[in-house]
Amino acid sequence: MSDSALEAGKRAPAPHYAREADRPTSLVAEFGSDTPLRLDCGVDLAPFQIAYQTYGRLNADGTNAVLICHALTGDQHVANVHPVTGKPGWWETLVGPGKPIDTERYFVVCSNVVGGCLGSTGPSSTNPATGRLWGLDFPVITIPDMVRAQAMLIDRLGIETLFAAVGGSMGGMQVLQWASAYPQRVFSALPIACAPRHSAQNIAFHEVGRQAVMADPDWHNGRYFEHGIKPHRGLGVARMAAHITYLSDAALHRKFGRRLQDREVPTFSFDADFEVESYLRHQGSSFVERFDANSYLYLTRAMDYFDLAADHGGALASAFRGTDTRFCVVSFTSDWLFPTSESRTVVHALNAGGARVSFAEIETDRGHDAFLLEVPEFFDIVRAFLQSAAKTRGLPAETR
Amino acid sequence: MVTQSQALQSAATAPEAPKVYRGDHLLVAQMVEPGSRVLDVGCGEGDLLRLLESRGVDGRGIEISREGVNHCVAKGLAVIQGDADTDLVNYPDDAFDYVILSQTLQATRQPRVVLEHLLRIGRRAIVSFPNFGNWRMRLQLLLKGQMPRTEHLPATWYDTANIHFCTIKDFVQLCDEINVKMERAVALDRSGRPLRFNAPWWFWNLFGEQGVFLLSRGKR
Repeated sequence: MSDSALEAGKRAPAPHYAREADRPTSLVAEFGSDTPLRLDCGVDLAPFQIAYQTYGRLNADGTNAVLICHALTGDQHVANVHPVTGKPGWWETLVGPGKPIDTERYFVVCSNVVGGCLGSTGPSSTNPATGRLWGLDFPVITIPDMVRAQAMLIDRLGIETLFAAVGGSMGGMQVLQWASAYPQRVFSALPIACAPRHSAQNIAFHEVGRQAVMADPDWHNGRYFEHGIKPHRGLGVARMAAHITYLSDAALHRKFGRRLQDREVPTFSFDADFEVESYLRHQGSSFVERFDANSYLYLTRAMDYFDLAADHGGALASAFRGTDTRFCVVSFTSDWLFPTSESRTVVHALNAGGARVSFAEIETDRGHDAFLLEVPEFFDIVRAFLQSAAKTRGLPAETR
Repeated sequence: MVTQSQALQSAATAPEAPKVYRGDHLLVAQMVEPGSRVLDVGCGEGDLLRLLESRGVDGRGIEISREGVNHCVAKGLAVIQGDADTDLVNYPDDAFDYVILSQTLQATRQPRVVLEHLLRIGRRAIVSFPNFGNWRMRLQLLLKGQMPRTEHLPATWYDTANIHFCTIKDFVQLCDEINVKMERAVALDRSGRPLRFNAPWWFWNLFGEQGVFLLSRGKR
């Protein structure tokens, strides 16, 4: 690409997501070149920044902090209006005053993971060394890298020990990593709908998504922003494929069946005749508006690489040996992306390591996505677990 | 700042115990040495676990029903949703000092296998079960010609979770067969009080409503 084209690219108004990437609508912790983030790939990332949101107040002892770890396409806007979509926070039903994760009792922190696109340094951030967006020059990151960056943020906030680390899916992987890497800093852990490793089937689905992105001619080898475009179609297809894995056949059937969309008879074309088709197309296109394609590549890769047992000589129990953390593992019956058997593997490892662990499988037909939805039994167990942990931690009783 | 171990220590005394305990629970709790590690298989809503934790025992539970697990988690107990018949195999040898099977044996598919697991996972096992040899049971079957129902076992034969009833005599025989040592045996009456300590086995088998056994590995 010629320099003049680059200049032209710079003059063009930056897309909304790019502005969020460098100057997010949230709090930002900046880390200078003296405090690099040691990445598993061997690179020291510096300087870098972590975008985050907080809710509630940290108590005088610093004992009521709850870290929420977001999933693959989530972000730090867990309980406030999203700056890009204008929609409510992704866990607003669970997090807030009087909610199961009660912001009147707990100090809730949620950060955008490193590699993300909502303000933490990632492939859509500007590389300070070159003045250009990182793109594929950004180093490959892992789940432990994300957690290491979060730990630096938690240090910065003056929090020694988290009262709880909570997260679902990729967020659940981070919770497991937190509990394994910093057992003394996690009083209680709530890994939800997750696994200690990404399965071959899950890696396969991710690969389909990544290939869809990279096959889009607008992707331009990851430097699409310099062309003033985004790989809409590829990322949309990736999202459509992934979205199917988040649901269950039963949920799709209940929601859509084989109903036709705004018509009585099929058109005998490749229009979206079925309701389920237009639903997926909508999911694809709305996702493209708020998410960066390169971040999608990096974060799916981070999940693929995750294997907590392999990091501990093949024995998962070694990852949790001698831990004092209280665990509550939750899975959902219809989740086939992270099936209950994966959660049981975690529970068995924790048991073998003598950990204090509870486990519940929630019955629902809503698939993996259930962890983002208002499922009363799930909410009950989150509330119950945190309340009993709070009592043990010596936090004051509920105000209401 | 409260350290984690301090907080965990205070937790050991934290659970408030309900005021009235079942007789068999109190008896089981007496059999457990304070400070030991206990797994309660089929822990229900966690009443026994709470009683044990109030006595400084480090307790864990397995419970098949989600409602039971929810209640336990709310009480701060560490309880795993699972099935005694399929999940015990996943527990390592010698993981606990005691494994308790309270009023659950008769609901397992393979009582013998479960019993063997109990004594593999724990150094000792405590098993309590309703005695089907009790005279009321015998009388109901004899006179009515129908499967007995009592206040402790109120379900009809077709919708009960209990599938392997036994008598105290049967259980003693099973323990013999798989070479389990009986350290203590108690038969409880209808109100949960122990029957005469020095009564002969036939007396317990006829008048006991429940049997409670403290078992350990191998006679040899």
